[in-house]
Amino acid sequence: MKTFDVIQIVLFFGALIVLTPILGKYMAKVFSGDFSDQLSKSYWNPIRYFRLFEKIIYKICGIKPNELMNWKSYTISLLVFNFIGFLFLFFLQLIQKWLPANPQHLGNVEVALSFNTAASFVTNTNWQSYAGETTLSYLVQMLGLTVQNFLSAATGITVILALIRGLKNKTTNDLGNFWADLTRSIIYVLIPLSIILAVMLVSQGVVQTFDNYTTVNTLEGAKQTIAVGPAASQIAIKMLGTNGGGFFNANSAHPFENPTPFTNFLEMFALLIIPMALTYTFGKMIGSVKQGWTIFIAMFILCIVGFAIMLYSEYSNNPVLQHAGIMEGKETRFGIMNSVLFANITTDVSCGAVNCMHSSLTPMSGMIATINMMLGEIVFGGVGAGMYGMLIFVILTVFIAGLMVGRTPEYLGKKIEAKEVKMAIVAVLAPNFVILAFTAIAVMIPAGLSSILNTGPHGFTEILYAFTSAAANNGSAFAGLNANTNFYNIMLGIGMIIGRFAIIIPVMAIAGSLSAKKIVPQSSGTFKTDSGLFIGLLIAVILIVGALTHFPALSLGSIIEHFLMLSGKTF
Amino acid sequence: MLLLMTILTGILYTLLITGIAQLFFPTKANGSFIQNIGSELIGQKFVSDKYFWSRPSAINYNPLPSGGTNYSMTSKKLRDTTFSIENNFASKNMIYNKSEIPNEMIFSSASGLDPHISVQAAKLQIKRIAKARNIDETKIQEIITKLKEPRQFFVLGEERINVLLLNLSLDKISK
Repeated sequence: MKTFDVIQIVLFFGALIVLTPILGKYMAKVFSGDFSDQLSKSYWNPIRYFRLFEKIIYKICGIKPNELMNWKSYTISLLVFNFIGFLFLFFLQLIQKWLPANPQHLGNVEVALSFNTAASFVTNTNWQSYAGETTLSYLVQMLGLTVQNFLSAATGITVILALIRGLKNKTTNDLGNFWADLTRSIIYVLIPLSIILAVMLVSQGVVQTFDNYTTVNTLEGAKQTIAVGPAASQIAIKMLGTNGGGFFNANSAHPFENPTPFTNFLEMFALLIIPMALTYTFGKMIGSVKQGWTIFIAMFILCIVGFAIMLYSEYSNNPVLQHAGIMEGKETRFGIMNSVLFANITTDVSCGAVNCMHSSLTPMSGMIATINMMLGEIVFGGVGAGMYGMLIFVILTVFIAGLMVGRTPEYLGKKIEAKEVKMAIVAVLAPNFVILAFTAIAVMIPAGLSSILNTGPHGFTEILYAFTSAAANNGSAFAGLNANTNFYNIMLGIGMIIGRFAIIIPVMAIAGSLSAKKIVPQSSGTFKTDSGLFIGLLIAVILIVGALTHFPALSLGSIIEHFLMLSGKTF
Repeated sequence: MLLLMTILTGILYTLLITGIAQLFFPTKANGSFIQNIGSELIGQKFVSDKYFWSRPSAINYNPLPSGGTNYSMTSKKLRDTTFSIENNFASKNMIYNKSEIPNEMIFSSASGLDPHISVQAAKLQIKRIAKARNIDETKIQEIITKLKEPRQFFVLGEERINVLLLNLSLDKISK
C-alpha cells in the first residue's frame, strides 16, 4: 500500500462522515414534512421551488399528503406503483425500434431480456444482461432506465420511512402517505443532488448528448465507432440512487462514464452518501441521534474490515501470474486502491456499478464482494433498503439478547413479539433461499452451465455471484458469465423480484404491527441499543446468520480457488 | 403519477442536464473528440513501432460494446496471454529485466478502452520509437515530461499519461 492510498482513503471517508449529519438532518426535515408546511420567503432559497413542485404534483395527481395510510394500503400503493412501472419499462423495450430517439436504429429487445431489465430496474438491482450501447435506445435509457433509477430509490426511502414511523407511533395505524413520501424523496433529495452531480461529471468529460455514435479514423488508420449518449444525467442518479446500471457495458470503468480520478471520487461519494445519511435521518426521526450513529458504526466496521481484506489480497503476490497488484480488469487512472475501494463499497451498498471487472479480482477480494451482498446489503445498503434491512437484523439481535436473559425483547420501547420475529425471519431467509436454491438449479442443468467463461471453482463463483447479486438487488457481476440467455434472464429476474418484495412486504408488516403497539418506558432492565456491546452483538448476529449460511457455497468457490491459486494451479 | 414522474425525471431532468452540458461544456459533453482522429478519452490500438502502445484490450479497442476479459486469477488463458504479451513487449522494446515492465502493460483494462498508461510504461518505449523514427531519445523524453498527468488535485488517482496525445505530439515532431 502506498502513502497516497492512505491519504485518499482518509479523505474519502472523512468527507462522508462530515456530510452524513448534514444531509441526514436535511432529509429528516423533508420527510417530517417540515418544509411542506412552512413558506420560505427568500427567492434564493431552493426549498421554495422544491415546495412549489411538490404542491403542483399533489394537485395534478390529486394526492392529499395528510391522508395517512395504514400498512396495508401503503404496501398496496407501493406494489401497484412498482408493478405499473415494471409493465411500462417492459413494453417500452419491446417496441423501441418504432419509437423516436433511437439514432443507431437498434432493434426491439427480446422478451426475456426485456423482462430481466425491467425487473432489474424496478427492484433497484440494475443487473446488466443488456449492453447499453448496443441494446438500448436513448429513449429507453431516458424514459425507462433513468426514471426507474429515481423511482426505485425513492421506493426504498418510502419503506424505511414507514418503518421509522411504525417505531415512533403510539397505538395508531397511520404510517404516512406513500405518494407524499415518494414525491418528497424525489423532489427534495434525489433530483437536486443528481443535478449537481451530473453537471460536475460533465465538466470532467462524461458525455451528455443526443448525437449519433461517431466513427473516427484512428491514428493508425483503423475505423473506431465511438458510442456516446445522454449518459451524465443517468450516471448521476445511478450512483445516488444506489442503482448501478451503466449507460455503457463497462459501466463506471468506461472512460465516458468515469473519465478522471475526480469523477471516480464523486461517484464513490455519491453511492455512499444517501445510505450513510439515512442512518442519521433515522436517529433524528425516532428522537435519538445516538441510535442512528450506533447503526452507522456497526455498518462502518463491516465496511472497513472487508475493504482491508480486499486491499491486502490485491496487493499480495499471485503465484500463478507471478505478479502482485494485478491490473487485469482495472483502469490506469484509478489504480489498485481506487478499484478495490469501489468494488468494496459498491457491493456493500447494493449499487452494483463497477469501475473494475469483479471477475478478475483475486479470489479473496471477490469473496468479500460476494459476502458483502450475502449479508443482505445491510452495510449501508441500498437507498432505504440498507437501513430497513439492518433494522431486521436489529430486531433479530434484540430477540436473541432477550432470549439470553429471559426477558421480552424491546427496541426503542416497542415490544418485539412473535409476529415481528417471524416476519424478520422471512425477510432474512427469502434472499438466501434465492441464492442457494437457484445456484443449485443452475449448476445441475446444461442451460446453467453453458454460460460459464472460466472453468474450475471460478466458474461456480460466477453463478453464485450472479444469483447473490440478483437476490441482494446489487447488480454487479462476475461478467464472464453470459447472463443474456433465456434461462438466466428469467431466473435472475425472478430472483430480483423475490429479493426485493419478499423483504419489503414483511418489513411493512412489521411497521404496521409495531405502530399499533404502545411505547413502554425504559427501565433498568431494558437492553441498551446504543452501546458498544450492542454494536458487537449486532455484528455477530449479522455474521453468524449471513456468512455461515453461505460458508459451504463459498468454500466450493472462492476459498478453494484461493488455495489452488497459492499452489499455482490453473484452469 | 408514473406519467408525471416519467416526464419530470425522464424528460425534463435529462433535457436540463443536456442543456447545461451543451452550453457550458460542449466539447466534453460531446465526447472530447480530437478532429476526426478519435476521442481524448477513448484509447486506440497502436501496433506500429513508431507509436507508443496502449494497454492490451479484451475488445481490441472496438467500443461496441466495451468490456474486459473477465478472466479469473487462476485462468490458464490469462497466464498464457500474459506471458506472451510480456515477452513481446520486452523483446520489441529491448528490455532485459522484465520486472521493469509495469503491470498495466501486460494486463487488459476493465473497459478495454483505457486511454492511459503509466509514465514508466511510456519511458520503456522511448528506445524503440527513437529507433523507428530515427530521432533523438531526449525529444521523446521531453514530450513525456510535458504530457505527464499528475494525480488530480495532488492526491486523487494515479499518475498517468494519455497515449493518443503522446502519439499526436510524436507525429508533430517527425512524420
